[in-house]
Amino acid sequence: MEKTIAGKSVAVNEEGYMTDLSQWSPEIANELAKESNLELSPRHFEVLEYLQTQYKNEVPLTIRRVGASGVVDIKEFYALFPAGPLKISSKIAGIPKPASCI
Amino acid sequence: MKRLLILGAGTAGTMMANHLNKELDRHLWEIDIIDEREEHYYQPGYLFLPFDIYEPEDIIKPIKKFIPNSVNLINDKIDKIIPEENLVKMANGDQLHYDLLIIATGNDIAPEEIQGMKGSEWQKSVFDFYTFEGALALRNKLREWEGGNLVVHITEMPIKCPVAPLEFTFLSDSYFKDKKMREKVNITYVTPLSGAFTKPKATATLEHLLVEKNIHIESDFAIESVDNENKKIIDYGGREIPFDLLVTVPTNKGSEVIARSGMGDELNYVPTHKATLQSKKHQNIFVIGDATDVPASKAGSVAHFEAEILTENILRYIAGEPLKEEFDGHANCFVETGGGKALLIDFNYTHEPVEGTFPFPGIGPLRLLQESRMNHMSKLAFRWIYWNMLLKGTHIPFISTTMQEEGKHF
Repeated sequence: MEKTIAGKSVAVNEEGYMTDLSQWSPEIANELAKESNLELSPRHFEVLEYLQTQYKNEVPLTIRRVGASGVVDIKEFYALFPAGPLKISSKIAGIPKPASCI
Repeated sequence: MKRLLILGAGTAGTMMANHLNKELDRHLWEIDIIDEREEHYYQPGYLFLPFDIYEPEDIIKPIKKFIPNSVNLINDKIDKIIPEENLVKMANGDQLHYDLLIIATGNDIAPEEIQGMKGSEWQKSVFDFYTFEGALALRNKLREWEGGNLVVHITEMPIKCPVAPLEFTFLSDSYFKDKKMREKVNITYVTPLSGAFTKPKATATLEHLLVEKNIHIESDFAIESVDNENKKIIDYGGREIPFDLLVTVPTNKGSEVIARSGMGDELNYVPTHKATLQSKKHQNIFVIGDATDVPASKAGSVAHFEAEILTENILRYIAGEPLKEEFDGHANCFVETGGGKALLIDFNYTHEPVEGTFPFPGIGPLRLLQESRMNHMSKLAFRWIYWNMLLKGTHIPFISTTMQEEGKHF
């Protein structure tokens, strides 16, 4: 389905996760962040960029891997994206909801 | 003479030893299997031991009983694999050369990954039931426990048998009801996932059961530490859950042998091709069961389906033929729901568990994703099948290796 975010029409799934990363922009990220009551700082964007790189390299994401990445530790990851950090940050980064596995 | 070496004589390794003993030309191939333990544990029994449903002797038998005589069982500790030289180095200094290697070293709990988990309350008010010792200690605790807050907790995914913690929760509800003390116990189910299970349709059914049994669920809980003094678990977001009795599933990790060999990911799982079960790095190494990193459940049923496909692929590899990309992640699990009933779920990499009939489309007799007594009886009967058919590599009638789509309500 399509959704208008920051004045642009983007493809999303039924849970609101973007399905085409090429449509992502920082403006869209800011809008998506507002839906989760978050205001994005440069630090948030560093994490989003890391998540997008991992996604492009087809590395499955887990909280443990993010915590061991050197980009952010788990404590800070939770502080930046409270509650379910991996789900929320993936949504704002424009990548699919992490398959929390099996 | 060429040598096929199997590391680990658990469920997966034992099945492979039995399959290959029948299939390989024994004039050309020697088969060896290595395990440091002398006993084979029926791991699904760990779920029943704490509730006095099974006795220890129901779930422990000697490994050698299940290894064919013509397979050489080596009862010793492995130091590491040196894949570049096709060698396995033993802790006693011996070196074994292999032509083909099967890694079936499984996984284990690692409570030391979480601060305070293996602290002063370990096996006093903090227990696991994923080891024989843990399940037995928990049984002794439950026999005398007088009630309070029971917290059943999963540390992080992936874990062996992802439905086991839920089953434990349902069975505790029944257990305390039978002991006429259910009103003295608050049961809370704490999970790092967003719901009761990893797949949406099964989650809906299972959450309904939690409500029905008055079990409280705390989701999206990523544990940071166990506070032994104040008896609570704390997550990275600062959320705290108090307990009188904590039954946790610690982080699961692959074998230290894999770490020492430099062959694993951050949880010591071996990168494995998910449809052929060949190691991604070394052509003459295959991986099966809980030791792989494939995105399937870590469960005996998965190892069973993998074993049938892996046997064929090993024969193809030896014959120089292309491998079959056939493994579909098939899992088939009975889920105990308490009160003498169980659910049955059947799923694979692409299809989540749904309602339907099994194994005969439209007929059953088993019903998928619905509670029934018949499912529970089948789960109990499975122990006999495990010891007498599954480990010996006997094909189980009517159960296909890849998941069947007929008879299911997608």
